[in-house]
Amino acid sequence: MSASPTAERASSWLVSSSLAQRIASVALFILVWQVTAEVLHSRLLPTATAVFVAMVHMCADGSLPFNLGITLARVAAAFFVAMIVGMAIGIVMGRSRTIDVLFDSWLVLLLNLPALVIIVLAYVWFGLTEAAAIGAVAVNKIPAVAVTLREGARALDRSYADMAQSFQMGRWRTLRHVILPQLYPYIFAAARSGLALVWKIVLIVELLGRSNGVGFEIQLYFQQFDVTRILAYTIAFVAVIQLIEWALFQPLERRAARWRP
Amino acid sequence: MASVTPALVAEIREKRYQRSRGAHAHVALEGLSLRIEPREIVALVGPSGCGKTTFLNIVAGLDREFNGEVRLAPRADGAPARVGYVFQEPRLLPWRTVYENLALVLPPQRAEPIVTDMLKAVGLAEARELYPAQLSVGMSRRVAIARAFAIEPDLLLMDEPFVSLDHDTVEQLRELLLGLWQVRPTTVLFVTHDLREALMLADRLVLLSAPPAHVVGQVPVSLARERRHSGAEIELLRADVLRQHRELIGSAGAMSSSPRAEPAAVREGR
Repeated sequence: MSASPTAERASSWLVSSSLAQRIASVALFILVWQVTAEVLHSRLLPTATAVFVAMVHMCADGSLPFNLGITLARVAAAFFVAMIVGMAIGIVMGRSRTIDVLFDSWLVLLLNLPALVIIVLAYVWFGLTEAAAIGAVAVNKIPAVAVTLREGARALDRSYADMAQSFQMGRWRTLRHVILPQLYPYIFAAARSGLALVWKIVLIVELLGRSNGVGFEIQLYFQQFDVTRILAYTIAFVAVIQLIEWALFQPLERRAARWRP
Repeated sequence: MASVTPALVAEIREKRYQRSRGAHAHVALEGLSLRIEPREIVALVGPSGCGKTTFLNIVAGLDREFNGEVRLAPRADGAPARVGYVFQEPRLLPWRTVYENLALVLPPQRAEPIVTDMLKAVGLAEARELYPAQLSVGMSRRVAIARAFAIEPDLLLMDEPFVSLDHDTVEQLRELLLGLWQVRPTTVLFVTHDLREALMLADRLVLLSAPPAHVVGQVPVSLARERRHSGAEIELLRADVLRQHRELIGSAGAMSSSPRAEPAAVREGR
């Protein structure tokens, strides 16, 4: 195989072609949507252009950025609380057999509790407050994070810990340079599925007990049967979440995995 | 020499591994006592699986569940002794560069010059920014040795440091090790089941029995280090040791008179 320049060109062509394919795929979706909506000509399925126009209007009057911002702030808060608490629980359970045996069934119970039940109970017990809303979302996500990190903690390699101990690396260095790098794949897995779950549940929390945010707006337009604005919010929100994935998660993950051959 | 405090005194009355319910506990070490003078190089020789690694882990303080006592002479300033450990595998952190692997065992403010110096000493100045996965097996071992020397250890432990390497690499590493030791002399306790290797490096051989392991013999090696390159003299010494300690023959395949032509990796069966 002496044709490495050709191979390189081929691979860069592949990358750009996969990007092109993605764009083509999105364009096709919009086209199908547009044509279907034109043909059906129904109030219940607005055209892509109508949704786009609505989006521009809502950006101009500030309502879309405002509600999007509030929802994103809730997503971020619930996400970080769930990650930190879930990681702590998972690591402790993965390291200690006693604690694992003691609390495993609690975790199973929490895992199987429907999101709606947690949300309703949180509002009933703690009132229609911001803390109850964020707490309810976090509690929905914590058991999944804990289960993932428990796997990671169980898989920790004892020989690296021995090395750190015999060279007296100290707690903080051991955590940062020996333990955490072994947990990164698990943390990323938990974060990925975490973000996907959290933003969906945040909308429900907003719909049930908040007076702003994307979830609240969608409920409002649902009562008015305003599908155009519902779709405008949906698309804006999905785009932002995808942007977080591309601009934040993927580069971070690449960075954490740069040592792999 | 009599007035000098020994670098290491170990009295292991018993070390047992608890097996799962029902089975008898496995006694790995029993009545093992060892004393090492400062700057002495001692080889712990014994059959595979006789508990040599167990003993090193006890000395390193990694295993505290044993009955007995281990005393390391404190440093000149009264601080506890520092132990450098070269494990059987290099045990470098794969997600940190060669430089970071060394720097992480040192105080941050002093790391840079020491690491640079050590990497130069083991001939890996160029490999500084590489990750362990990018190194050859021999290079990884050199980094592991550099890491152990970097902390200026009062006691250097090595667990079969040259196992499963080809003959030339072993030769190079042995030279490197002796070179480092001459510039940075320290007390060394290393484990091997290769009698030839032990005779080439050590001032004294400590022979261990099959489990429960205890010391069955001590062999001082008086041959000058410069003369140990010659295979013939080492062979003579080796034959001598085997004659006096017949129990070593047969207890480990590695110590029977296998032809030298075989690569080390095969002979040591790892």
